[in-house]
Amino acid sequence: MRRALLAAGLVCTLILLAGCGQSQGRQSTLHGASDQTRKIIHLWWGMLAAAAVVFAGALVLLAIAYRRRTKEGLPGIGEDEEVSTGLVVAFGIVIPVVCLIVLFFIANIGVVNATSAPKPGQTKMSISVVGHQWFWEVRYPGTTAVTANEIHIPVKTPVEVRLTSADVIHSFWVPELNKKVDMLPGHPNSLELYADKVGVYRGQCAEFCGLQHAHMSMAVYADPPAKYRAWLANMARPLAPPASPQAKAGEQVFLTQQCESCHTIRGTAAKGLIGPDLTHLQTRATLAALTIPNTKGYLGSWIRDPQHIKPGNKMPGLNLTDLQFQQLLAFLEGLK
Amino acid sequence: MTIALPPEALRRVRRLERVWEERQGVLGWITTTDHKRIGILYLFTSLLFFGAGGVEALLIRTQLIAPNQSTLSPAAFDTTMTMHGVTMIFLFVIPISTGAFGNYLVPLMIGARDMAFPRLNAFSYWVFLGSGLFIYTGVFTGHGPNAGWFDYVPLASRTYNPGPAIDFYALGLIFNAISSTAAAINFIVTIFKMRAPGMSLNRMPLFCYAFLAVSFALVFALPALSVDCVFLELDRRLGFSFFAPGRGGDVLLWQHLFWIFGHPEVYIIILPAFGIATSIIPTFTRRRMVAFPMVALAEILVAFIGFGVWAHHMFAVGLSTITTVYFAAASMIVVIPSAIQLFAWLTTLVTGRPIFKTPLLWIIGFIVFFIIGGLSGIMFAAIPFDQQLTDTYFVVAHFHFIIFGAAVFPLLGGLYYWFPKVTGRMYHEGMGKLSFWLTFVGSALTFFPMHIVGLLGMPRRQYTYPAGVGWDSYNLFETIGAYILAAGLVLLVVNLVVSYFRGAVAEADPFGGATLEWSTSSPPPPYNYAVIPTVSSAYPMWDVEDRQEDVRKLNRGEMVLDEGHETPASTVLDANFDEILDMPSDSPWPIVTALMITGIFAMILTGHLVAMCVFLALFAASLAGWHGVEPQEA
Repeated sequence: MRRALLAAGLVCTLILLAGCGQSQGRQSTLHGASDQTRKIIHLWWGMLAAAAVVFAGALVLLAIAYRRRTKEGLPGIGEDEEVSTGLVVAFGIVIPVVCLIVLFFIANIGVVNATSAPKPGQTKMSISVVGHQWFWEVRYPGTTAVTANEIHIPVKTPVEVRLTSADVIHSFWVPELNKKVDMLPGHPNSLELYADKVGVYRGQCAEFCGLQHAHMSMAVYADPPAKYRAWLANMARPLAPPASPQAKAGEQVFLTQQCESCHTIRGTAAKGLIGPDLTHLQTRATLAALTIPNTKGYLGSWIRDPQHIKPGNKMPGLNLTDLQFQQLLAFLEGLK
Repeated sequence: MTIALPPEALRRVRRLERVWEERQGVLGWITTTDHKRIGILYLFTSLLFFGAGGVEALLIRTQLIAPNQSTLSPAAFDTTMTMHGVTMIFLFVIPISTGAFGNYLVPLMIGARDMAFPRLNAFSYWVFLGSGLFIYTGVFTGHGPNAGWFDYVPLASRTYNPGPAIDFYALGLIFNAISSTAAAINFIVTIFKMRAPGMSLNRMPLFCYAFLAVSFALVFALPALSVDCVFLELDRRLGFSFFAPGRGGDVLLWQHLFWIFGHPEVYIIILPAFGIATSIIPTFTRRRMVAFPMVALAEILVAFIGFGVWAHHMFAVGLSTITTVYFAAASMIVVIPSAIQLFAWLTTLVTGRPIFKTPLLWIIGFIVFFIIGGLSGIMFAAIPFDQQLTDTYFVVAHFHFIIFGAAVFPLLGGLYYWFPKVTGRMYHEGMGKLSFWLTFVGSALTFFPMHIVGLLGMPRRQYTYPAGVGWDSYNLFETIGAYILAAGLVLLVVNLVVSYFRGAVAEADPFGGATLEWSTSSPPPPYNYAVIPTVSSAYPMWDVEDRQEDVRKLNRGEMVLDEGHETPASTVLDANFDEILDMPSDSPWPIVTALMITGIFAMILTGHLVAMCVFLALFAASLAGWHGVEPQEA
């Protein structure tokens, strides 16, 4: 018995150690970059501490049961049915009631208000995010800016995020900035995003939404205000006509080989609404909702065979000639 | 029952044997109405489905052993993950707990000779088998349900899920609910009306309290699920719009109805486990349960309060704060009856003289895991924490500690505990302990790291995950744990199979059990008890005088009821002898009726409405056959 416990302890320690030293692309609920998440984290450590006490207490009782397996009654008291029942009342009713009342007031009256959806007009700034199978469409009301999967917000500024879905239920979740809220067709929701440090915060769809639920991630960039304003100004601008002849030809490929039926590039005739807006594709660091890096090589292989990297996504393979493919790539490379 | 009986008594026993004898061979199993044989059918069928669900679990864990694996395609993963849930809940835990344990043991524990409605009981089994095969037909024809076990719309609507996969799910669950409802009604009537004389409600075993509570919960919870599935089929097949946003429907309606069923379902799953724990603990601690009335009341309360907490599954959908606060408060209240039971078990263990044999070890494992799962469950009643951690691996960890650790561990302990009673053979103690430790360590290693990986932000239900987010090593541990767990379960099966053929012969009461089933032979005769026992406490086997009186009654011919297929009925509260019931004998009609229902569902699925009407007519005809007058028995 003792050896088994020792082994179990060792394994648990190993498991805990195994997770240390990771920092790249974190998506942890244990690192808060806003008041809301820090409150939830404090709540978690508090609950964990209380839970650990209860668990340890129960293990002590089991250990006593094992040590006294040949003796009847309670240590020091002996057999007394009323005392035993009293213990059940104390540990089964009185102590849990007290603990639960405390937890209820802290969590469900206190923290819940701090994390609740912003009231209309409470924040100066709003953005709108629409969930799609399987990407995030991001709009900045009051501007013409549209982007996908990579959301920029000014640091230290509360931003209201309005959440809806274009198809099935998704869930908007950037754990280091706030709790998750579902994106439902027919039920608009909202959430406050606030980051008190400049940085990139990883998020992911948290409600099972079909084949590529696993590849529906996003990144929230909290930028210094000036950088944010510059980014937004660029994002709102339609595409400047392509400069090189190859890119010009690529634009024609885009407009004639089905691309435009799903994608929008503002400033051209492409106005499709099924896939992400590509007007400033090259400002994004990743493709396919954080599935692959946005480099020429990856972009090319994505266009060649979109079903290989993210099977089931809605982009069909296109039968392009090598020349058309090179032209298209040149055009897409210019979407800055 | 090895004592030589006087000739008078022997004649009575022979007569009972003749009256209660059923057909031999396969035909006997098909037409049986004996609650014990039906229980065994349930056991084997649900264990087969447990095997299927286990293979699905190992496939999931193998796929997730490392980032970016391709053991399963995304589509295969979604089906596997959905079927793992559907199988474990609807085709394993409920059938094995109510169908196998309940069926076999409830009549024995209350001193009855059968369930109140033996043919309905057989019918429940055949419908369960039919519904299980129906759902798996989908899997084997490449149309396995794939929208998760709670099947949220609109992902499950025809727009996003054309093809019959979801129809197999929705029709299969309506079909399955027929079985559970019939079984639940049967238990309620059996427990209320068939208790042995003297077994007033305050003397009824806590095991039976658990099954009474489960049965009521099933009767009231299942209609919500069935209605939900009917709505879904109407939407999918006939273009209705219950769940269609923009056409007056609402996607949240599905979730509300589903969880109005789904949360009581959690208690339906776990209460039989509580019942088994309260049977095993007194036996192996050699003392009565501490706080018996409080535990009985707590079992009923859990089932009742379970109906008022469903929206805590929906804290992230954007309900108003006041709604979430109400449901969080209600969810916290459920903690109290659970804590009462937990500390009643612990106090009984501390004050008794526990013998740590295999069945009790499983119960200790259950207690440890129930505390872990219960504590993480309380955390989810803290709304902001729920909203942060729901739909991550933290919640997967939580409900596996509850459903596997707390609900299935006692079932496995119960398999060992009642194995001698059912087979007449003893299991192997050393192998039993080893199987426990393997399963226990495997479960902890599988499910505990899921807490951590959930806290690190890993969402559930993703077929793969990227490297470098910090999830890799935990997933590796979980997969290793899953294989250790599986080894423990395989060892359990090997132990029981080998023991069935080569185990030592078991006496009637090898463990010194407290409840009536230990007073009859192992295995029990078809009529259970030669003399209907009379009960004067909640621990009838420990009332030695009462049991000796049973033997004297057999000699005198009192309460033998050997004039026909007879068992007594008693009054609901005090269990005073009420009347003698003439029970129906074995019959082919339950399986025929179940077959017709299978035909009806298959024809709805394939859209052959005329053929469906034919099966409907045949169903009505078989009901008529079922209720036809049978020739008087000799």
